[in-house]
Amino acid sequence: MSNKQVIYSEVENNGIGYYGLLGFFGLFLLGGIVAFFTMEHHGHYISGMNNQIVWGLPHIFAIFLIVAASGALNVGSIGTVFGKKIYQPLGRLSGLIAIALLVGGLAILVLDLGRSDHVIEMAKGHLNFKSIFAWNMILYSGFLALVGLYLWAMMSRSKIAKKLYKPIGVSAFTWRLILTTGTGSIFGFLVARQAFDAAILAPEFIVLSFSLGLAIFIIVLMAAYKWTQREVGDTVLNRLRYLLAVFILGVLLLEVTRHLTNLYATEHHGVEGFILGGGNFYSNLFWIGYILVGTLLPVGLIFCRFLKNNRTALMAAAVLTALGGFALLYVIVIGGQAYPLVLFPNSEVSSSYFDGVVNSYSPSMWELLLGLFGVALFLAMVTVAVKVLRFMPASLADSVVDPHAK
Amino acid sequence: MFGKVHNVLALAAIIGLTALLTGCGDTAPEPRVETAKAKAEHCVEPTDVMRRNHMEFILHERDETMYEGVRSSKHSFKGCINCHVPASDASGKPVNYLTADHHLNPEHFCATCHAYVGVTLDCFECHSDNPEGAAPSDSTHAALNGGADHE
Amino acid sequence: MNNTNNIDAYRRKFLMGVAGTATAITIAPGLLLRQAGAKAPGDEISNKNRWGMLIDIDRLPNGGQTVVDACQQEHGWGHEEESNDKQKAQWVRTVHVKEKLTGHEFDLPVMCQHCETAPCADVCPTGASFRRKDGVVLVNKHICIGCRYCMMACPYKARSLVHEALFDQKPHSPRGKGTVESCTMCVHRIDKGQLPACVEASNGAIIFGDLNDENSEISQALKAKGGKQIRADLGLNTGVRYQGI
Repeated sequence: MSNKQVIYSEVENNGIGYYGLLGFFGLFLLGGIVAFFTMEHHGHYISGMNNQIVWGLPHIFAIFLIVAASGALNVGSIGTVFGKKIYQPLGRLSGLIAIALLVGGLAILVLDLGRSDHVIEMAKGHLNFKSIFAWNMILYSGFLALVGLYLWAMMSRSKIAKKLYKPIGVSAFTWRLILTTGTGSIFGFLVARQAFDAAILAPEFIVLSFSLGLAIFIIVLMAAYKWTQREVGDTVLNRLRYLLAVFILGVLLLEVTRHLTNLYATEHHGVEGFILGGGNFYSNLFWIGYILVGTLLPVGLIFCRFLKNNRTALMAAAVLTALGGFALLYVIVIGGQAYPLVLFPNSEVSSSYFDGVVNSYSPSMWELLLGLFGVALFLAMVTVAVKVLRFMPASLADSVVDPHAK
Repeated sequence: MFGKVHNVLALAAIIGLTALLTGCGDTAPEPRVETAKAKAEHCVEPTDVMRRNHMEFILHERDETMYEGVRSSKHSFKGCINCHVPASDASGKPVNYLTADHHLNPEHFCATCHAYVGVTLDCFECHSDNPEGAAPSDSTHAALNGGADHE
Repeated sequence: MNNTNNIDAYRRKFLMGVAGTATAITIAPGLLLRQAGAKAPGDEISNKNRWGMLIDIDRLPNGGQTVVDACQQEHGWGHEEESNDKQKAQWVRTVHVKEKLTGHEFDLPVMCQHCETAPCADVCPTGASFRRKDGVVLVNKHICIGCRYCMMACPYKARSLVHEALFDQKPHSPRGKGTVESCTMCVHRIDKGQLPACVEASNGAIIFGDLNDENSEISQALKAKGGKQIRADLGLNTGVRYQGI
């Protein structure tokens, strides 16, 4: 290692700040548990979801966290797989955030199920391997195991760990690519729905995971280092800053491609007009939420010459990227369901089951609480973990991470 | 010093828990399985076999009916209910597995035992807890699900 | 009423078979029954059959509403008290269609189309959504986790999630909170050799029968006049076909 030895240490904060933060997350955890039991007891009628919009706000939170999870691991992978030394000190935190994000997202999914108690049947062997959901169960548990091993390989001092570091890192990286393909494929292969029948959603979700995962990583990194009074140098932050811009633009490229391909097929004109055409909540969310706030603004913040080395701008860009990704998922998943299913092309249809009408959806408090539960679970896991194990380098100052920097 | 406080707390907790458990013991109703003999001379299997294995029989029958469409099984779930649950109680009301306050009803054949042994009973979340042809329950259950003739 | 009792026709054919081949019946009565198409309650279903329905929308009483009511009566769906209209279950509904260019209008009942390659069964993580050997698509609610992926995948919007606790279900039609449900083609009836409730109420507008048996009434009618599938472009080879759309 040409780098100066990086020293990792546990977070030593012990005061009101640390426990106050944990307590704050605890409130949301409690809220989510109350929401789960309330919904479990009453049934889904207390939610805003219905037989037309079957996946709602909890699913947006869950997909967001799961997609971000695989992306958060990238920071570590760049160091391990692609040998970029400057990223290597960030590997431990990257793995931790990845695991915590995935657990948070999966928790939401499980708590929203109509019969969570029947999940045990899957453990008894009721698995349908034609289902992308069933693959995902395996992909998610494999991801948790692999990233766990990856963390061990990074943190253990044993010789065998050092030997396995690279192969495990490569496996984890490969696995995460497959995992996000699986998540994207959930929507990519619903042939019946005009909004969800594009296989390009799978690679799009991969690139989206890059940007969301990195955005979350930047937010956690900056907050954690600020609150623990540790130093992060501009070298690390600027690497992450420009990488984020690349990822944001990557998502934009695939999103634009997806819409252009769709516009080529007459079959999709209806739904594309609905999402892009303006005049409804989803098109506003797309243009203002995703394109303006979630893409152009953060890219502007990153490349604006007056904001060079500006940390507030980087933090803002990361937060906006996350919000934009959330908006994009909302448009894809809920907007796609809001647009009526086509039973008879070129015809007007109506029925007592809301055929032919744009479906409305307004999430209830319970759904919001479930979603926030997952976010709080992720943050609480990270907060506790950095205190009990050595995830965070004591310093990420320029002199530590890159002594030969010019 | 803290150790002492902990000891006292632990003792209090144990006493409290014991009191609670004793209290439960007093109120737990004995199962009232005699309602079983309402319709037939004897069950499809000897009583002790049924007591031990009814869940296995039902489970086997469930998959046979679900996947193979077999609907003549000796161990039919509907058969259990038809025989063991009366169409109505003395006052002419149906006997549901839950009481109005959503506790297991000691008058219902299945519920009475399941409450006694504390085993969950989720069959009736989907299956009818009443024999074929029984009247729909009254407003004790707010969510009437289109009983016999709803409209 | 010529086609409401086609299962009885199978029975008659079966009985004629009995008269002719007394030896065969002593060896394999179950086999004969199955070959004839009808099924006794104790028999296992067979992949030799593929149950299907042919719906002549022009002959449907009351624009199809009568058969919808019959289904509701048989299975008890749609009376959920806490759920709002968008959350209430609907196993079958009549859809009014107006072609924009020509102005041609018609009504048809739409429910589970019992696809040969059912998207709901493909996406179901537990295998709760499945296609029975005889072509009927069902939900095994014992292992359904209520994820609603099947509802996302269904091209016909044929499925509902039960959004609240239910009581007083029909003994022959279990349904419950948190699980997904749809038309069962009245398996509880056809397994006993009876006709689905909608077919009985259809006044002859719906023919039920075995699509694999080329001599069945439904196969003959389909051969003679054809029957369209909704969204035939998806290639799902549905078990429910329509005339007049």
